[in-house]
Amino acid sequence: MTRLSWFNVVSLTVGFAFLYIPILILVIYSFNESKLVTVWAGFSTKWYAELMQNEAFLNAAWVTVKVAVFSSTIATVLGTMAAYVLVRGGRFTGRTVFSGMVYAPLVMPEVITGLSLLLLFIGLNLDRGVLTIVLAHATFSMCYVSVVVSARLMTFDRALEEAALDLGASPFEAFRLVTLPIIAPSVIAGWLLAFSLSLDDLVIASFTSGPSATTLPIKIFSAVRLGVSPEINALSTIMIAIVTLGVITASLITKRNAVRQQRDQQLAERTS
Amino acid sequence: MQTEVFAPWDDPDQKPLIRFKSVKKQFGDFTAIQDLSLDIFEKEFFALLGPSGCGKTTMMRMLAGFETPTSGSIELAGQDIGSVPPNKRSVNMMFQSYALFPHLSIWENIAFGLKRSKMPKGEIEARVEEMLRLTRLEKFKARKPHQISGGQRQRVALARSLAKAPKLLLLDEPLAALDKKLRQDTQFELMDIQEKTGTTFVIVTHDQEEAMTVASRVAVMDEGRLMQVSTPATIYEAPNSVYVADFIGEVNILSGHAKPAGDGLYAVTWADGQPPVIAASNTPYSDGQQVHLAIRPEKVAISEAKPDAENAVEGKVLDIAYLGNLSTYHIALAGGQIIKAQTANTQRISRRSFTWEDTVWLSWTPTAGVLLDQ
Amino acid sequence: MRRFILIAVPYIWLLALFLVPFLIVFKIALSDTALARPPYLPQFDWATGLGAFLAELDFENFVFLTSDALYWKAYLSSLQIAVIATLITLLVGYPIAYAMTRAPEAWRPTLMMLIILPFWTSFLIRIYAWMGILSQEGFLNQFLLWTGVISAPLTILNTNVAVYIGIVYTYLPFMILPIYAALDRLDGSLIEAAEDLGCSRLSAFWLVTIPLSKNGIVAGSFLVFIPTLGEFVIPSLLGGSGTLMIGKVLWEEFFSNRDWPVAAAVAVVLLVILIVPIVLFQRNQQKQAEAEA
Ligand SMILES: Nc1ncnc2c1ncn2[C@@H]1O[C@H](COP(=O)(O)OP(=O)(O)OP(=O)(O)O)[C@@H](O)[C@H]1O
Ligand SMILES: [Mg+2]
Repeated sequence: MTRLSWFNVVSLTVGFAFLYIPILILVIYSFNESKLVTVWAGFSTKWYAELMQNEAFLNAAWVTVKVAVFSSTIATVLGTMAAYVLVRGGRFTGRTVFSGMVYAPLVMPEVITGLSLLLLFIGLNLDRGVLTIVLAHATFSMCYVSVVVSARLMTFDRALEEAALDLGASPFEAFRLVTLPIIAPSVIAGWLLAFSLSLDDLVIASFTSGPSATTLPIKIFSAVRLGVSPEINALSTIMIAIVTLGVITASLITKRNAVRQQRDQQLAERTS
Repeated sequence: MQTEVFAPWDDPDQKPLIRFKSVKKQFGDFTAIQDLSLDIFEKEFFALLGPSGCGKTTMMRMLAGFETPTSGSIELAGQDIGSVPPNKRSVNMMFQSYALFPHLSIWENIAFGLKRSKMPKGEIEARVEEMLRLTRLEKFKARKPHQISGGQRQRVALARSLAKAPKLLLLDEPLAALDKKLRQDTQFELMDIQEKTGTTFVIVTHDQEEAMTVASRVAVMDEGRLMQVSTPATIYEAPNSVYVADFIGEVNILSGHAKPAGDGLYAVTWADGQPPVIAASNTPYSDGQQVHLAIRPEKVAISEAKPDAENAVEGKVLDIAYLGNLSTYHIALAGGQIIKAQTANTQRISRRSFTWEDTVWLSWTPTAGVLLDQ
Repeated sequence: MRRFILIAVPYIWLLALFLVPFLIVFKIALSDTALARPPYLPQFDWATGLGAFLAELDFENFVFLTSDALYWKAYLSSLQIAVIATLITLLVGYPIAYAMTRAPEAWRPTLMMLIILPFWTSFLIRIYAWMGILSQEGFLNQFLLWTGVISAPLTILNTNVAVYIGIVYTYLPFMILPIYAALDRLDGSLIEAAEDLGCSRLSAFWLVTIPLSKNGIVAGSFLVFIPTLGEFVIPSLLGGSGTLMIGKVLWEEFFSNRDWPVAAAVAVVLLVILIVPIVLFQRNQQKQAEAEA
C-alpha cells in the first residue's frame, strides 16, 4: 500500500520523533557517568545504585504505590457502580445532578479539585496523610473508571442480563455471573487507568498530603525545581520501563485474544 | 390430525394457562397494547403474527416479566403474575438474538438456569445431558458460543430455555436469523420438541407461512389490537376482516353493496359495467350494505371459453408470475380492475395455455370467497 | 433495596467529596482573611447562629481580584496561552492523525499504541525531560550550535516558548486521537467522489475531509484547551517569572501567601470561565453521539 505521500511520511516521522526523542534522551542520560546531565562522560549505572540508597525516595515510592493500590481499587468499585447506575439505572430523582458529578471532575482543573478537598479535610479536622490522598484520588479517578466502564456497558447487549433474570438469577446474580465477567476487561482497564492517574498525580496530592506522607511526584517535583539531576533520570527510566512493559504486555494479550476469537469463528463456520 | 382433537379453546370447562384481562400497555403517551384480552391453553403452540411495531415483543416481555401492564392483569395458571419478578416466574424466553452467555460453554449455558434453582448437582448434569441429546448438541458441549454455527446457537438457546421445564416457553422470532432451508427443518424440530415436552409455546414471527406451519392457533395483531385469534385453517379460509384476509396470503378484494338473493346468497354490485357477483354468507347483510368479498387467487378458475358458472368475468392477461409449482395470473378487466388467479403447474411451461394479452374468462363459485363487512 | 444501595453509595461519595468541598470553596471565597487557624473568618458558630454567620460573608475578595492587575492579567494570559497552544497542537496533530489513517492497515494498531503510550508514562517526567533539552546548555542549544544555525545559546527554558512546547508535547495525544477517530470513520470513496467531480486533491481535502472531521477537531481542541487553562505543572517547571498562568497564581496564593479566601475566589472565577468551553464541549459530544446513533 502506497497511499502514504511524502508529506504523510514526514508528518509521522517528525511527530513520533517529537514524542519520543525527549524520553529517549532522558533514558540514555540516566546511564551517564557525569553529574552533569547534558554532557556524556561514559556509561555507568551508579545513579541507579545511588537511587537505591536514597531512603526518602524509596519511602515516597512506597507511599505512592500504597495510595495508588487503595485509591484505584476504591475508584474501580465506585466507578463501576456509577457507570451501571448511569447506563442501567433508569430514572431516579437527582439523576442529572449525579451524572453531572460523575463527569465534572474530568474537566475540573486539578488545582481546584485539590484546593476544595483540602478545605473539606481541614473542615473535618482530618489529619492529612495517606488516607486523605486515597480519598482524593479515589474521587477523581472514579470518574475516569466510570467513563471507561459505561462506554463498554452501552454496547453490552441488554438481552444477556434479561436472559439471566429469565433463567432465575436475581439481579445481583445476573450482574455477578453475566455482566461482570463480560465487562471485566474494561473494569481492569479502568483500574489500570485509575492506578496510573494516582501514580502520576502531583497537584491533588500536594494539596491533600501532609508531612507524614509524601508521594513520589511531590518528591520529584521539589527535586526538579532545583534543576535536572541524574538520579531523577534514573528514577524516570525505571518508571518508564515499568509502564512500557505493562502497556506492551496488555496490548499483546488483547491482540492474541482477538486472533484466537477470529480463528475460533472461522473454525465454527467451517465445521457447521 | 392432532388439531382436530386438540381444541381446548372450544371447551368452556378448560382453564386457560395464560389469561390476559383487558391488558393495556403504554410507553409514555404511546399506547403499544390496547385493551387486550386473550386466553392461551396448556400444550398450545400459539403464534403471534403482525406487522413490525404492532406490539408482539411487548406482549412477550409482559409475559416474561420485563414489562408491567399499565392496566389490566395477566394470569398464569389462575394467578395474577403482575408483581412477580422475571426471575421468579416459571416462564422462560428464547431471545431473538439468542442472548447466549459468551463467557460460558454450551454446557454451562444450558446449566445456568438449573444452577439458580438449587437443584442437586447430579440432577443438573442429567438434565443438561438430556437437553443436549434433545437438541443434538452433545458434540459441542465444551465449546463457547462463538465456536459454533448460527443454527447450533439457536438450538443452544432453545435447550437453555427448555432446561428448566417451564410451564410456558416464549420464542421471539426464534428462526429469523436462519436461512430458508434450515428454518423449515427447525420448524419441524420445534414442533417435535413441543410435542415431546408438552410445554406451551408462544412464538412471535413475521413469517406467516411459519405461523401456519407450526401453530395450533394464530393471533393476528395490528397496532396493539388482536384482529383475529383462530386456527390457521380458519384464519386462512374464514378471515373476519379485510385486514386479516389481506395479511395472510394473497387475496382479491371486491368491494361493493350487498343485495339479498335468498338462500343465504347475496348479489354484490361491485363495479360499473360488471354483472353483480353472487356470494354465500352465514352472516346476514341488509339491502345496500357495504361489503367486501375476499377471494383467494387459487379459488379463481381461468379458462379460454366462457364457463358455465354463477360468477364469470372476462379480461386480458396482464402479467404472469411463475412460481415453479404455481403460476399467478394478473387479469385486467374492462373497467381496469385487476383480479389475480392462480393455477397449479401440472404441465411444462412450453405447453402452458395462456400468455400475455390473451383474452380469458375468470370464474368462481358462490362459496369460494367470504363476505366481510369491515 | 439493592438498587437503592447501588445508587446511594457512589451518589453519597460524590456529594461528600465533590459537591460539598465545592460549596466550601465558594463559602470561603466569601470570607475574610484572618491571622487564625484556619486562616479565614467567619467560622460558623452555633452560638450566634446562621444569620450572624451569613451576614459576615461578602464579595470583597472578588472586588479585590478586579482591583489587582495581577489577577486579571493572569486570567487573560492563561486564556491567551491556552488558545495559542491549542491552535499549535491542532496544526501539529492534524497531519499526524491524517497520516495515521493513510498508513497501511497493519501498522495502525501499533501507531495508535505509540500515540497512547506517552499518556501512560508520568506527566511530570515528560515535562522534566524537556528541562534538560531546553536549558541554556541543553541538547537543543548544543545541537543548534553544532550545526551552526546559531552562534550563541538561546534562552528557551523559563520563557513562554518553553511553556508552549510543554503544552503541545503533553496534550498532543488528546488532539490526535479524536481527529484520528473522525478521519478513520470517513469513507474513502467520498474523496474519490469529490475528485471524480472535478476537485483537485487539495480542494477535496478542504471541502470534504476537513468539514467531515470537524467533530474530531472540535473535541480535540476542547480536550487540549480545558486542562491547559488551569495548568500548573508546565508553567511552574518550564515557564519563567514572566509566565502568568492562573493555576500557578492560585497555587502560590494558597501555599506561599496563605491567603485562602483569595485563592478560593480565584478558583471560583476560573470555574466560571471554564463553564463556557465545557458546555460547548458537552454539546459537541452530544451532537456526535446523536449523529452516530
Ligand atoms: N421501551 C419502549 N419505550 C417506548 N416505546 C416502546 C418501547 N418498547 C416498544 N415500544 C414501542 O411499542 C411498539 C410495539 O413494539 P414491539 O417491540 O412490541 O413491536 P413488535 O411487534 O415486536 O415489532 P417487530 O416485529 O418489529 O419486532 C413500537 O411502536 C415500539 O416503538
Ligand atoms: Mg419484536
